[in-house]
Order: sequence, then C-alpha cells, then structure tokens
Amino acid sequence: MNTVKDFITGEVQTGTGVVPVVSTTWSRRDRLETLKVRWSVGRMKYRILPGLYAVGTPDRSSRVFVTANFKLTFDHLRRALAGLDAWILVLDTKGINVWCAAGKGTFSTKEVVRRIRIHHLDKVVDHRKIILPQLSATGVAAHEVKRMTGFTVIYGPVKASDIKDFLESGLKATDDMRRVTFPLVERLKLIPVDIFYGKYYMLLVPVAFLLLSGFKPGGYSTDLVLNPGWKSIVNLYAGYLTGCVLAPALLPWLPFRRFSWKGLTTGWFVAILLAFAGMLGTSATEMISWFLMIGALSSFMAMNFTGSSTFTSLSGVKKEMKTALPVQITMASLGLAGWILTRFIVL
Amino acid sequence: MNRFVYLPGVVTLELDTEKCNGCRMCTIVCPHAVFEIADRKAVIRNRDLCMECGACAKNCPEGAITVKSGVGCAAGIINGILQNTEPSCDCSTGGSCC
Ligand code: SF4
Ligand code: SF4
Repeated sequence: MNTVKDFITGEVQTGTGVVPVVSTTWSRRDRLETLKVRWSVGRMKYRILPGLYAVGTPDRSSRVFVTANFKLTFDHLRRALAGLDAWILVLDTKGINVWCAAGKGTFSTKEVVRRIRIHHLDKVVDHRKIILPQLSATGVAAHEVKRMTGFTVIYGPVKASDIKDFLESGLKATDDMRRVTFPLVERLKLIPVDIFYGKYYMLLVPVAFLLLSGFKPGGYSTDLVLNPGWKSIVNLYAGYLTGCVLAPALLPWLPFRRFSWKGLTTGWFVAILLAFAGMLGTSATEMISWFLMIGALSSFMAMNFTGSSTFTSLSGVKKEMKTALPVQITMASLGLAGWILTRFIVL
Repeated sequence: MNRFVYLPGVVTLELDTEKCNGCRMCTIVCPHAVFEIADRKAVIRNRDLCMECGACAKNCPEGAITVKSGVGCAAGIINGILQNTEPSCDCSTGGSCC
C-alpha cells in the first residue's frame, strides 16, 4: 500500500499507546496531490494508513471524528479541525471517499465497530460519542453501532468546513448543513473525471475519421486527410466536450429534466455554431450527419454525468436510459453512415 | 423552484407510518430533506427529491422505511448491463463518485 505520512507532526501518549498528531494545514504537496486526484493522475496512491490520529493535544474528553482513508477526505477533515483538540479515527475504506465507500460497503457498520475495537476507543476517551460524516449514513446503521459498542453515532454536517459551527451549536447541524447541494463549483470539480471517460476512444475515433476523410468519390487523396479532415476532429471533440463540460456546467439552467435532453440541447447549440463556421461540410447530408453525431455524443456524455450528480436516483436514471440509449445509438449510427456515404458519393 | 429535481414519480421509497416511533433519524440522515416530522411521526414531504441512497432505511431503528437503493449513474448501469450484474460503478477515482 502506498501511503503518505508527511503530514504527521508529532505524537501523543494515550492509555493504549502512541497516537500520531497530524497537521491542520495543507502543505504545497497536499495541494498538488489534490489537483492530481481531480484530474485522475495516479489515482490509487492517495490513501493513508487507517488508525487513530490526533489533532492538537486531545485528552479523554475530546471529540472523536470518524472518517475514510482517502487522503483528500482526511485532508479536508484535519484542516477543518484547526485549533481544536480532537481524535480522528480513520477507517479502512480502501482509499475511497466517504460517499462512495458508504455506497460500496467499505464505510460500514462493521468497519466502524471493528476500528473502535482495534484501537480501544473505550480506553482512549471516557465519553461514548463518535461523530461521523452525514454521508456515511448510507453504509452505517447508527443504532447497530450503539448496540455493538456502546458508542452513540452522531451524524455531523455533510461538509467538513461546517464542523466548527456544528460543534459550537452543541452538535446540531442546521438544515443547510444537512443538505447536499450541487453548486457550479462542485459540478466543475467533477468534470475532469468525465473528460477522461472516453480516453482511448477519443484518440482512436478521430484518427479513424482522419483516415476516412481521405476518401473522395472515385479515389483517395492524402491531401484531404488533413484538410478538411481536421474539421471532423474539431466536430467530434466539440460534441464530446459540450456533453461533459458545457452541459454539467449549465445543468440547472438547461431546459428538460433528463440529462440526455440537456446534452442534446447543448450539443445542437454548438452544432449550429459549427455549421455557421463552415465546419460541418457543404452538403445537406453531411451537415445532417454531423448534427446526428454531435447530438448523440453530447447527449450520451451528459447522461453520464448522472454518475457525478448528487440528486439522480437509480430508478430515474434507469428510466431515462431505457429510451435515451437506443436513440443515441441510432442517431450516432445514422450520422456515421451518412457521413461515410458522403465520402464516396456526391449527394 | 428547486432546479435539481430529477424525473418525477419513479422513486421506490416507502414509509410504514405504523412502525415509526418518531425518532427523527430519517430527517437527520437524508441529504435531500425528503422527510419531516408531523405529529411525532415521519412523513414523506417530497418524494421526488429522493436519490435512493438508502441512508434513511439503514438508520431507521424500527425498519419503517424501505427503498431499493443504488447509485443513479449511467456508466454504472451500462457496466451492469455489460457484465450482467446489478448496476455498479468504478468509484476508485476517488475524487467524485462513479
Ligand atoms: S427513522 Fe424510522 S422510526 Fe425514526 S422517525 Fe424516521 S421513520 Fe420514524
Ligand atoms: S433514500 Fe436517501 S435521499 Fe431518499 S429519502 Fe432516504 S435518505 Fe433521503
């Protein structure tokens, strides 16, 4: 396991042993790593060793915060605890963030109970309360943790940055702290991951289009490969990126509830711009083909963003896909067929 | 109007008011304020906001809530179809979900 531990600044002695103290500020390296994770570079390296950690100089009456061993999650928590004396119990969630780990079953009742026992939490603190992030509730049953360990689970706010207010108000989260919202910044943060969804295809498909661009009625011309071949690359990327950048960014302002429709809207909007810029070719068949392909691509990528969104239900996405996926495939196939046809026949 | 509402009328959330003891746990864990307490019983205030995360059902000590939970994620559903399993996503990217 690749672990990072240069955020450890010292240690404290407890009734059961030595516990590392962690810094509550981010180093340059922490910031850099955060960026890298967002852009999915070297993805699995950012886990920290599960166990008990300390911030400040906690004692037997200090609060206990439970979290996942995904480094970004841990980083946000320790930064939010600046100036406090507290314990952090890091679970082994296989390096996955709270929400996903809870959904996947690694941030679970079982793991919480196991960690409380391994690290003898009952001997470290006198009280019997642990604070969990609210989003872990999908994987943890508070009443069962209580029954098995005697510790009462208190669900803290969704965002670590609200923790201080939460503590000051006597462990009460306001309604706002309990809501998962999905503002522009949050949506933008998730976009990089989606951009890499198509990785290899988004390299191979354009190459195929370039090669096909060389065909002309009655022959093959290598001149055509680059010009107008480059235009097909621009069109493909335009469709792809409108779906995974523009549609998520504009999400709440786009008409329609279905993500596939939202994506089709942005896709066709961009296609109209491209048509005016002379990027979609000259014949009607070629233009229509591009509208079909760009629309399908953008629609599909926007639909993919349901995975990142914080309000789409499984039942809803299933319902949407049932109609959207066949339409997208049909559109893309027709568009592709039409475009290839215009390579060989004057229409 | 809440602009973050997905498709209406599809959610699998059910509440058995008979079993409810009014402990409020569901109102605490729900990230979308689906429940509220009225007359010491939970009521579903806005079902269409539910994202089927399952937190309420998991934390209801009386087992009064049922929901078929899962991640509403197109890529996950496609994974599921291809591998002939339940929808599952590759959450290992960490930064986001699925
Ligand atoms: S968690 Fe269950 S018992 Fe408690 S208020 Fe909600 S429905 Fe009722
Ligand atoms: S499944 Fe999740 S979103 Fe739906 S009501 Fe329960 S806690 Fe709220």
